[in-house]
Amino acid sequence: MSGLPLASVPDPVLELRNVSFMRSGKVLLDHGNLMLTQQGRTIIIGPNGAGKSLLMRLAHGLLEPSSGTIVCRHNGSGTPRQAMVFQRPVLLRRSSLANVTHALALRGVPRRIRRNQAEQALARFGLTHLAQRPARILSGGEQQRLALARAWALEPDILFLDEPSSALDPAATKAVEDAVNVFFRKGTKIVMTTHDLGQARRLADEVVFMCCGRILERTPAATFFDTPTTVAAAAFLRGELVLAPWESPTPLTTNG
Amino acid sequence: MNSHDPFTLALSLILSGDPGLFGIIQLSLQVSLSAVLVASLIGLPLGAAIALFRFPGRGLVITLLNALMGLPPVVAGLLVYLSLSRAGPLGQFGLLFTPTAMVIAQTLLVLPIIAALTRQAIEDLWEEYREQLQSMGSGRVRAIPTLLWDARITLTTAVLAGFGRASAEVGAVLIVGGNIEGVTRVMTTAIALETSKGDLPLALALGLVLLALVAAVNAVAYLLGQASRRHMQ
Repeated sequence: MSGLPLASVPDPVLELRNVSFMRSGKVLLDHGNLMLTQQGRTIIIGPNGAGKSLLMRLAHGLLEPSSGTIVCRHNGSGTPRQAMVFQRPVLLRRSSLANVTHALALRGVPRRIRRNQAEQALARFGLTHLAQRPARILSGGEQQRLALARAWALEPDILFLDEPSSALDPAATKAVEDAVNVFFRKGTKIVMTTHDLGQARRLADEVVFMCCGRILERTPAATFFDTPTTVAAAAFLRGELVLAPWESPTPLTTNG
Repeated sequence: MNSHDPFTLALSLILSGDPGLFGIIQLSLQVSLSAVLVASLIGLPLGAAIALFRFPGRGLVITLLNALMGLPPVVAGLLVYLSLSRAGPLGQFGLLFTPTAMVIAQTLLVLPIIAALTRQAIEDLWEEYREQLQSMGSGRVRAIPTLLWDARITLTTAVLAGFGRASAEVGAVLIVGGNIEGVTRVMTTAIALETSKGDLPLALALGLVLLALVAAVNAVAYLLGQASRRHMQ
């Protein structure tokens, strides 16, 4: 597993302090605490319903936490620029190029340089030949690459990806993973969920393990896959079904 | 076919470019297109705003809009007549029995159609786009032009449906226009009058033109639907 070492001096880019999220009386995220640094690719894994997508939506600001605070910082003070790629790419009913220029317009980029920047973003992900094609008739893999190119044009400091390749074939999945690494090499913080353990092993510098609405651990990837800290993560890695504590007597975390 | 056959006479009226006939057609188009234009300028942003914003009584407004899509033209005509008649609240403008009154009445008929269909289309699209647009920093107000443009095919169909309703209705324009020859006589009111008078060729000629118009509008709506299926799923 290659990757940058995690910073020894914490330089948090994103911090969740006691964040809870409730919907119709159910606690979907229970007092989550998490500190992510600018370096590395953070992969969030856990069983379905663990709250992975919810965590990302809260961090990205699409949802307001019921309690707790979320702090985003960049280089100590400024607000980091963010972008998010969803499981199913949401593309406008326009050409591929217009999808990117629209995103630049929302970001406030002056009209005269939008087209140029959009074309560069498309070229970066090998989409130049599809620039004038209506985005909605592209294949699933091409659509996700376009969503990545659109995010690239926004030059984010943090890129959130919610199961970006779960609906794609292996070739398109590889294209998505390569794209993630293009962002990573440029210094973009990667925060990504996946339910594919192989993908987590390929990409992760650190792993955040979630289960039943709780953030159970944040561990360097090299350690996590061999010796996870929590019982639940170990069971998950063995391929067992991990149940919530109220559904099973097994504790989620080690007892002391 | 003998030359006094009403169908043949109707065709020769159309082909000879009969000025009376074409005057009526021109006024019909002017009135209905004006009504559709006004109704679109109000109905498209109104429908989008109702789709995107939550306010007290929203459900009632939506139900009312949907119900008004079926507003009987004679009732619309009656309401406008009462407002514009000498004793009515807008009586002082002297608009009754003018083309302007007809535009107002038809706008009243078309506006609910365009606003209600826009509301539905934009709400569906917002549901689909909301997270992505929010992620890119777009608020609800900024989303309105984005959504109106992306729903353009559906909205064009909605506007065409409004035009179909305006150009085919007879009750509203008859009541507020009065079917005055050369002033407020349009295709539908002329057909009603000429048929009752027994001038079948003119009625039939107007009927053929009206039919062709409605067919053309539907053809355009169909082709747009096809285009949208091909290009934007």
